[in-house]
Amino acid sequence: MNKTSKPAAAPAADSTRTIDLVNRSLPRRYRAEKRFRFYGIGAIALSLLFLSFLFISIAGKGYPAFQKTFIELNIYFDPDVLRQDALATADYSKLVKTSLSQTFPDVTGRRDKRDLYGLVSSGAAFKLRNMVLKDPDVIGQTLPVWVTANDDVDMLIKGHFDRTAAEGERRINDNQIAWIERLEKDNRIEKRFNRTFFTAGDSREPELAGIWGATVGSFLTLIITLVLSFPIGVASAIYLEEFAPQNRWTDLIEVNINNLAAVPSIVFGLLGLAVFLNFFGLPRSAPLVGGLVLTLMTLPTIIIASRASLQSVPPSIREAALGVGASKMQTVAHHVLPLALPGMLTGTIIGMARALGESAPLLMIGMVAFIVDIPRGFTDPATVLPVQIYLWADSPERAFVELTSAATMVLLAFLIVMNAAAVILRRRFERRW
Amino acid sequence: MSPTTLLATLLALSSLAYFLGRRRALAVAGTPGKLKTLHSRPTYYGALTAIWCGIPALILFGFWLAFESNIITSLVVADLPENLRSLPPDRLNLILNDIKNLVSGNIVSGRIDPTMQAAADHYRQLLVISHAALAVVAITLAIAAALIVRFKITPKLRARNQVEKITTVILIFCSTIAIFTTIGIVLSVLYEAIRFFQKIPVWEFLFGLKWSPQMAIRADQVGSSGAFGSVPVFVGTLLISGIAMLVAVPIGLMSAIFLSEYADRRFRSTAKPLMEILAGIPTVVYGFFAALVVAPLIRDAGTFLGLDVSSESALAAGLVMGIMIIPFVSSISDDVINAVPQSLRDGAYSLGATKSETIKQVVIPAALPGIVGGILLAISRAIGETMIVVMAAGLAANLTVNPLSAVTTVTVQIVTLLVGDQEFDSPKTLAAFALGLLLFVITLILNIIALHVVRKYREQYE
Repeated sequence: MNKTSKPAAAPAADSTRTIDLVNRSLPRRYRAEKRFRFYGIGAIALSLLFLSFLFISIAGKGYPAFQKTFIELNIYFDPDVLRQDALATADYSKLVKTSLSQTFPDVTGRRDKRDLYGLVSSGAAFKLRNMVLKDPDVIGQTLPVWVTANDDVDMLIKGHFDRTAAEGERRINDNQIAWIERLEKDNRIEKRFNRTFFTAGDSREPELAGIWGATVGSFLTLIITLVLSFPIGVASAIYLEEFAPQNRWTDLIEVNINNLAAVPSIVFGLLGLAVFLNFFGLPRSAPLVGGLVLTLMTLPTIIIASRASLQSVPPSIREAALGVGASKMQTVAHHVLPLALPGMLTGTIIGMARALGESAPLLMIGMVAFIVDIPRGFTDPATVLPVQIYLWADSPERAFVELTSAATMVLLAFLIVMNAAAVILRRRFERRW
Repeated sequence: MSPTTLLATLLALSSLAYFLGRRRALAVAGTPGKLKTLHSRPTYYGALTAIWCGIPALILFGFWLAFESNIITSLVVADLPENLRSLPPDRLNLILNDIKNLVSGNIVSGRIDPTMQAAADHYRQLLVISHAALAVVAITLAIAAALIVRFKITPKLRARNQVEKITTVILIFCSTIAIFTTIGIVLSVLYEAIRFFQKIPVWEFLFGLKWSPQMAIRADQVGSSGAFGSVPVFVGTLLISGIAMLVAVPIGLMSAIFLSEYADRRFRSTAKPLMEILAGIPTVVYGFFAALVVAPLIRDAGTFLGLDVSSESALAAGLVMGIMIIPFVSSISDDVINAVPQSLRDGAYSLGATKSETIKQVVIPAALPGIVGGILLAISRAIGETMIVVMAAGLAANLTVNPLSAVTTVTVQIVTLLVGDQEFDSPKTLAAFALGLLLFVITLILNIIALHVVRKYREQYE
């Protein structure tokens, strides 16, 4: 008996009691606890850091593109150049050149002259043409006109080129810098709001390029996507959730939808290329085909969201409707669908936002073409905002970097508006049963 | 009449038919008090008329437009002069393309061949005839159908049952579109891939170590012989996806753990949406960010450390792709961790475990199948991601696992092979479809496994 109860008052030096072991390990365990917590906070902080870095770097690169450089020239609308019978085809660039030569009379030699004329964008001639066509009375007068500067001048004014660098290392030479500095001294160079960016289509010249063409293309494509994917998505969700019997066939459909939601978007592009373009012979680069491809891509998203929304309508609503004699279809159409609609709309907006940002499948169906004109219909060649960003990001000119960032900001703004709309919709109409 | 106007006309006719049917139903019912003699409510008679007016005509409209261009093309080809018609198919396609360009007014060359101009005029004429015929047929069909239904309306007509039946058929049809999409993907990719494998043996494609899809145009051309071994392309894809997962899995998992186990309500409700913004940013923006900000940063850092970093390094693309996937991993892990029953945690706490020990030794092992499923989904996403790699990764297929060198991926190759001018039966173009098939199959297998695992896991705790 003594043998077993002996360790009751064990010597302290031995210290084999569990509680002591535990107590001794506690600081280490608490440190591990703290460390683990820190990893968690660190992970979140890191991802938020990435997010803000991304936004800041894009906004920082993009905001100067909302302004561009203009040069004031005294243009003499020479009646000899602008003959009344051929106003539309007259040589307007000659007016610009003459004016530049008069501003800098000391410039001689073909090479220097070419450099001088290079200060002004080729868009200046179009501006003069529009002025003359709008008001032929200006012919014979000398007027100060603010014309668009070339993109290299623009970059120099915005400080992206180092004026002190060696001449061979910049796109603008010493003479040109001297002329620009003289124009600056005469207050003939100014940065103004870049309206072209919001009103023009694509262009090879950065100072003349705008996102309006791509925006219209995106809009047309999204209309097709919305018109097709919303009804089809809602209809299939209703069938699967309210009418479908539980059998192999509906299981197959379900598995299919879940898989399609995870198929890489570029595969949908391959489908569009093989089926819509090569088999059905639909036009290349058209918003119609883009919309069809994006419809197939967003359908799973909309179906899944719509089904979740239908599931959240309590069965008591259905039972009540059936109880007063409504048919199954009437129950769904008059009672279940209106209650589920806000959730479906939220899902659809999110699907549309994703379709707006999607570009990979559209590359496959030719929406990467260089298109200057603003598309006017669903079968006109067009491009969309994200693809425009991709195209500009590939262009070598420094000024396109700025445009790309600015276009990205516009695209993100659209996405934020759409997602905010989805959130508001959800907040306002969400019902807890 | 242009197709758009025709579509609008058909829709207008259909809504007109609704009122026609409803009025007819009211008329056959007699005075308003006798409405109850009707089998269905008057709106159903209207709906029935509208459906019969609209749907057959719209189906005709769809099929007509879908096959119109092919039929017209073959008619135009049949009418071309003999010397053009006997050209090999690829040349003939070029000529057809030129004709179509002429039709749509995109004049490509200054000098227009008179025969081409004639063909283009012929094409345009046929198009006008086709549209006119379509308009006549569709509108006649719509009006005739509406009138027939109108005359059939009697108080005994079971309009509601018929409308509901038709609606059910439409609902079923809509829900099968997902299946048709899958079939379409498989067939279209498989068809071209089989044509590719007739030219290039399958084993060479699957196990060849050299990828250089540029084919020699002339027989005596040196240098671009065309090699279609997909191994380097897949190694590149795996390298970039691997880097992405190295970034995304720890960060995503840790933030999910923190958000679901440690964070209070307020922190959670602000941090979670912020992290989800990362998922909503278009991939092209990430691609731009990778190519313009991250890649130069890594290259400069490499130069500073004395390393030779390619400006299209796999590291930059993988890193940014990882950032993109973080919210994906974290939201799935979050769901899965939340599904672990509280009783398991309480059990661990009652044994004296600290919070982190509970998480590490109880919650994570319990949630592991779900987390693995989520990671598999994320991998499939990384493999199929296109824009980031197109913009930030290279084109040359180097067989290497060095993250600082440039590699190429499956999606980059598909894009470069298919964007721009292409002839449709060269192995170069077909190779894109073979890659697409492989990509589809791999992601499909990953998805099926992942969805299965996640579903199994959910059932376990329900």
